Amino acid sequence: MSATTAPVGPAPSLPSAVSLGLARVGLELRVYFRERRAVVFTFAYPVIMLAIFATVFGKSGVKVGPAPGFSYSQWFLPGIVATGLILLSFQNIANTIAMERDEGGLKRLRGTPMPASSYFLGKIGLVLVTCLAQTALLLAVAATLFDVPMPTSASAWVTFAWVFVLSTATGCVCGIGFSSVPRSGRAASAVVNPVVLILQFISGVFFAFDQLPTWMQQVASVFPLKWMAQGMRSVFLPAGAETMEVGGSWQHGATAAVLVAWLVLGLVIGLRTFRWTRRDDS
Amino acid sequence: MNTPSLDLAVEVYGLRKHYGDKQAVDGLDLSVHRGEIFAVLGPNGAGKTTTIEILEGFRSRDGGSVRVLGVDPADANRVWRSQIGIVLQTANDQADQTVGELVHHFARYYPHPRDPDEVIDAVGLTEKVRNRTRQLSGGQRRRLDVALGIIGRPELLFLDEPTTGFDPQARRSFWDLLAGLRDGGTTVLLTTHYLDEAEHLADRVAVVRDGRVLALDTPADLGGRTARHAIVRWTEQGNDGGPVRHCEGRTETPKAFVRELSVRAGLGVDGEVPGLQVLRPSLEDVYLAMIGEPPAAGQAASELTENLQ
Repeated sequence: MSATTAPVGPAPSLPSAVSLGLARVGLELRVYFRERRAVVFTFAYPVIMLAIFATVFGKSGVKVGPAPGFSYSQWFLPGIVATGLILLSFQNIANTIAMERDEGGLKRLRGTPMPASSYFLGKIGLVLVTCLAQTALLLAVAATLFDVPMPTSASAWVTFAWVFVLSTATGCVCGIGFSSVPRSGRAASAVVNPVVLILQFISGVFFAFDQLPTWMQQVASVFPLKWMAQGMRSVFLPAGAETMEVGGSWQHGATAAVLVAWLVLGLVIGLRTFRWTRRDDS
Repeated sequence: MNTPSLDLAVEVYGLRKHYGDKQAVDGLDLSVHRGEIFAVLGPNGAGKTTTIEILEGFRSRDGGSVRVLGVDPADANRVWRSQIGIVLQTANDQADQTVGELVHHFARYYPHPRDPDEVIDAVGLTEKVRNRTRQLSGGQRRRLDVALGIIGRPELLFLDEPTTGFDPQARRSFWDLLAGLRDGGTTVLLTTHYLDEAEHLADRVAVVRDGRVLALDTPADLGGRTARHAIVRWTEQGNDGGPVRHCEGRTETPKAFVRELSVRAGLGVDGEVPGLQVLRPSLEDVYLAMIGEPPAAGQAASELTENLQ
């Protein structure tokens, strides 16, 4: 091999964390979309959920909500949007980081001059892109196949934007923090996935939140998914539907506060407990 | 004391590390000169990997002082990491990326990397450049690890059992690659189970057992000057027609030894000594004697030597 000595001249500086972060985003996306079956399943899951709920509950054209009412498809859509976000952010991140740690991929990266922030940027970029794509697909299917009216006001889309960004960001950092909980990569999905599944049941994704037992509502109110779903309902349900909420209003302030609290908590715990190597390897 | 020396790439004094009740590293001293290939030998569980991973900055230590390129690995920063290359012992990560993607991507992490295609060629993976990592054989996988370890043009390269799973031809070309890196000024610190690898490659060798350095020298001088003295074996017929005796002796001057043997046996200077063998102990023989696991045949031979004297 030629050129084994370093080039003469001033030492070139290290590449910036941001440029390496963007390179990591490209790599993460390439690897993610290479696993075709996982991609198809992840993207189809919320769409299939919407189809099943709309078919089971809405076949006779029953309406919900205050008159003139709206379809079951429209009623289920916001919860399914929120579920899709938590799956792609929290669940996906926690599982893949636990796997990468177990396989030694994180240890390999730790031995290079790539900064940790670039690694996290790569994960966050992946989540952002996949969440946008999945939500766009879900909304397109809802609008065209299930005749769910899309919001027309700018303020509704502004709400959508901040709920979307806060939800994915919170999901990411909590996923990074939770990735250290499973003891091995193989155990990861068994530990991570039930958390999301249980949250879906108690957060008003599968059932109307106001029909759940009060204690269950209170438990769910501690966690982000309930607020993500409620925030999305405020976007996709017509005016007046807020009377169906337990609090009688959309509670945007509380939504933002709970999501930000989890974002900060996830950041602090995630950064303090993050490990590049397995627990038995220190 | 312990001021970092400019011509030392690695300096270790009194390194200690325990896991539970087990003292994995127990007062280990080591120094690696810049530009040399340094091999660490030792049985499984001797503390080789623990030591090398402390030097790489992956593990904490209980005691002792460590300087790697003048820096304590516990305080490692990006600049330091850009100056070292690491090939870990086992890896099955990055399974869904191709050889080409990985090497090109890792090159971006470093301030002045080698040319990725040249590196892929140097480790002999040009034909596999479009293959995903999971499709590689064990030896190919290992060569990819080496490619990722040297892509950043490291001053110091750590290799933890780098040639495990290589076929003989791949090992030979890997040795040539390492010799080329050394000629270019790279310091190499490697652990290996293959004694012939250490003998062929290393400028100096340390034998580690129970977390300490038992011996440290060039491969030729390891174990002291007498360790490599020739072993002479021959047979003697008993005077009264008794059973044939197998004899063995050690000497620095085998030719003179055999001549004397021949004369003593009444065969004259040109006589043929029955069952004559002259052997030079390999590094492996020296090593096995040192770590206290001599092969059964060797034990028998040393008993005979005692009988003879």
